[in-house]
Amino acid sequence: MAEEKKKKEKIPRQPMPAQEAKVRARNFEEVPFGYSSETAMKEAARCIQCKKPACVDGCPVGIDIPGFINLVKEGEFTKSISKIWEMNTLPAVCGRVCPQEIQCEGKCIVGKKGAPVAIGNLERFVADYEREKRLAPAPEKAASTGKRVAVVGSGPSGLTVASDLAAKGHEVTIYEAFHKPGGVLVYGIPEFRLPKDIVFSEVAGLESMGVNLEMNAVIGRTKTLDELFEEGFDAIYVGVGAGLPTFMNIEGENLIGVFSANEYLTRSNLMKAYLFPEYDTPIIKGKNVVTMGGGNVAMDSARTALRLGAERSIIVYRRSREELPARTEEVHHAEEEGVEFHFLTNPTKFMGDEKGRLNSMECLKMELGEPDASGRRRPSAIEGSEFQMEIDLAVIAIGAGANPLLTQSTEDLKLNKWGYIDADEATGKTSKKAVWAGGDIVTGAATVILAMGAGRAAADSMHEYLTLGW
Amino acid sequence: MFKIVRREEMAEGTVVLNEIDAPLIAKKAKPGQFVILKANETGERIPLTMADTDPEKGTVTIIYQIVGKSTAIFKTLQVGDGYQDVIGPLGKPTHLEKLGTVVCVGGGTGVAVLHPITRGLKEVGNEVIGIIGARNKELLILEDHMKDASHELNVCTDDGSYGHHGFVTDILKKTLEEKDVKLVVGIGPVPMMCFVAKMTKEYNVKTMVSLNPIMIDGTGMCGGCRVSVGGETKFACVDGPEFDGHEVDFDVLMNRLQSYTNEEQECYDEYCTMQTAK
Ligand SMILES: Cc1cc2nc3c(=O)[nH]c(=O)nc-3n(C[C@H](O)[C@H](O)[C@H](O)COP(=O)(O)OP(=O)(O)OC[C@H]3O[C@@H](n4cnc5c(N)ncnc54)[C@H](O)[C@@H]3O)c2cc1C
Ligand SMILES: Cc1cc2nc3c(=O)[nH]c(=O)nc-3n(C[C@H](O)[C@H](O)[C@H](O)COP(=O)(O)OP(=O)(O)OC[C@H]3O[C@@H](n4cnc5c(N)ncnc54)[C@H](O)[C@@H]3O)c2cc1C
Ligand code: SF4
Ligand code: SF4
Ligand code: FES
Repeated sequence: MAEEKKKKEKIPRQPMPAQEAKVRARNFEEVPFGYSSETAMKEAARCIQCKKPACVDGCPVGIDIPGFINLVKEGEFTKSISKIWEMNTLPAVCGRVCPQEIQCEGKCIVGKKGAPVAIGNLERFVADYEREKRLAPAPEKAASTGKRVAVVGSGPSGLTVASDLAAKGHEVTIYEAFHKPGGVLVYGIPEFRLPKDIVFSEVAGLESMGVNLEMNAVIGRTKTLDELFEEGFDAIYVGVGAGLPTFMNIEGENLIGVFSANEYLTRSNLMKAYLFPEYDTPIIKGKNVVTMGGGNVAMDSARTALRLGAERSIIVYRRSREELPARTEEVHHAEEEGVEFHFLTNPTKFMGDEKGRLNSMECLKMELGEPDASGRRRPSAIEGSEFQMEIDLAVIAIGAGANPLLTQSTEDLKLNKWGYIDADEATGKTSKKAVWAGGDIVTGAATVILAMGAGRAAADSMHEYLTLGW
Repeated sequence: MFKIVRREEMAEGTVVLNEIDAPLIAKKAKPGQFVILKANETGERIPLTMADTDPEKGTVTIIYQIVGKSTAIFKTLQVGDGYQDVIGPLGKPTHLEKLGTVVCVGGGTGVAVLHPITRGLKEVGNEVIGIIGARNKELLILEDHMKDASHELNVCTDDGSYGHHGFVTDILKKTLEEKDVKLVVGIGPVPMMCFVAKMTKEYNVKTMVSLNPIMIDGTGMCGGCRVSVGGETKFACVDGPEFDGHEVDFDVLMNRLQSYTNEEQECYDEYCTMQTAK
């Protein structure tokens, strides 16, 4: 046994084949190609099948990780997807975008001495295999309960609730404000990281389970929550995300060429401005582009800028490399592609030409002081360190807030002081009768898998309410 | 698909009216609100004010001027065709209140936006004076509608081909001198709204304008429609589109409207070439 364990650790973590950095930095195709069956089986063999798998504790939805990996090792890919589906309905998405290094892989025992098992890559492989082959039986669907549920928002959170409740026999309708479903997966995360066809294929799966989709329905405007109840819905889930852009409130922010990341990415992804003029929505293609921020949103913006033809794409972050909140892989990919990082730097003003177009930016150098409430060391400005950069496009990716459109139109829905919905942590129940909420509109901007986890918990609670009543 | 049930061309084909089947929106819409329309899969999301709604019939009416590629594509849509997406009602409704004498000033296609507001102000009991203008007689729209919606209607043309020879602001000035005006609503091209606001400021008369920045989502998600009002940044799609004209920074609005001039020209030219080739 000990012998075998030793041998397994010797197989190195299988690298993910990917488009060459120079090439991919100029196209919108997906960066990693995915594992072949052989590579996947080889990687799966690295898992030592722990009795008490730490990796599962690290996964917010508790996928049976050793279970699905063992099936991969044996080449039982179709059985493997069924195993994943028990806990996660969007594995093709999660395998690609989860911050594995702080979740499942961060806890993997193999990772204590070397590189952890590539759980994310394997999950992605299994999901892609199934999407291509379509061999797995559809998840079972319970007999109809005659209850009707409305889900507001079609992001990962709403999609999870819809699929769980549909499987439990409820009639589900998703209302989405945009003309396409998927939430951030479609309007925010770029094609080169998450091909939109994957999201649409997952949504098509939902539709085949009988979930109705109503696009172009801005709840709060087209209809209110109370009107949905009047129409006969028995329960409502609100998963509208954290769709409010944050600006920096510095001089020159209204110049042409200053974008919120939401606008920049929505134009490029949802509206396909990268295919302009084949698609009608334009986008400004900068030569010297600066993105403010250090999270996934900033990485996505800076990498999009390169693909739209920028000569230089620079990330300006006010803390240091250690504090970057983005997934390690994204930072790594961005660097490989030539994105430059200016750490400990903070913009103080934007300046423009006589036509009101951005042409430069003034910044201050920062230094790190004592840790703040978040445990990260607080940056403070170094006096007299002002300097200027010549830029023609600036993308502000410093976070998102709670969009008040729905919450303001709904009376008895309790909010916290930042405007997020106050919901029970374990069940997602809100102060309003028969209304649940989860995902970014409750937690603030977080992750896909946490939004899904919240959806799963709420679906359980809603099911109880719908079947037992209370 | 959202079907077009009625279509009219006005102002020598530079302005088009579409009545569209959109029952949910028709039921909810109030004066001052707008919709976002997308013609087809590759289309842009274009905001247009509802010039009218018929909740019984389940239709909304839009009136738009052909200015670029998207509106040129809209123009090709005939009765029976439709828009792939129509989203709304968006924006805050106009605050309608009985104040006394109010003046509604409209220029160009702005008259389409102004009309339901004018009607609403009359319905709540105001004495409504309308002033509408266009470059020439042919480009004037909705004169009859505006006549019905107001107690007194003044018409101006820049070239004198019809009505008063001159700008809407001439008549506005006269009215401000003569009457105890409680509110002015000014809707039209940005320079016109700017002039109206400047003039009414001298007379200290409250003035409302409707802003038309470039938009995408229309739900407060992207910040692309931001305008500067009273020194604060506002999102026109959720905080507006109507704002206090004395507080609006028109320079910022004017400037931001030029964001994509190069791209729009490229896209429009290519579209026109394609159409001519056909
Ligand atoms: C650019 C970017 C990159 C990211 N990268 C990662 C990553 O790599 N890994 C990761 O784990 N997380 C990432 N995240 C975070 C992650 O995407 C979010 O945490 C997650 O999508 C939240 O899901 P949600 O379902 O709560 O909301 P969302 O995905 O925001 O979906 C909400 C949906 O509700 C709709 N909606 C809003 N208001 C209304 C209304 N009134 N009526 C009807 N519909 C409405 C919206 O249009 C939207 O479609 C990223 C986020 C962004 C913006
Ligand atoms: C809330 C709101 C309500 C509106 N209501 C009406 C209406 O009732 N009737 C009507 O004719 N127009 C209205 N507009 C303006 C209309 O949206 C634009 O004319 C349209 O988007 C132009 O699209 P295009 O592709 O045809 O032209 P583009 O090629 O995009 O632009 C051509 C020219 O129009 C300007 N432009 C671009 N986008 C806008 C915009 N959103 N607003 C104003 N100018 C723009 C550009 O600066 C450019 O000079 C409204 C705009 C807003 C924001
Ligand atoms: S869902 Fe995310 S955290 Fe869970 S196993 Fe998959 S990649 Fe890891
Ligand atoms: S912790 Fe690592 S080695 Fe252990 S079961 Fe999980 S993936 Fe396999
Ligand atoms: S159009 Fe995006 S915030 Fe107004």
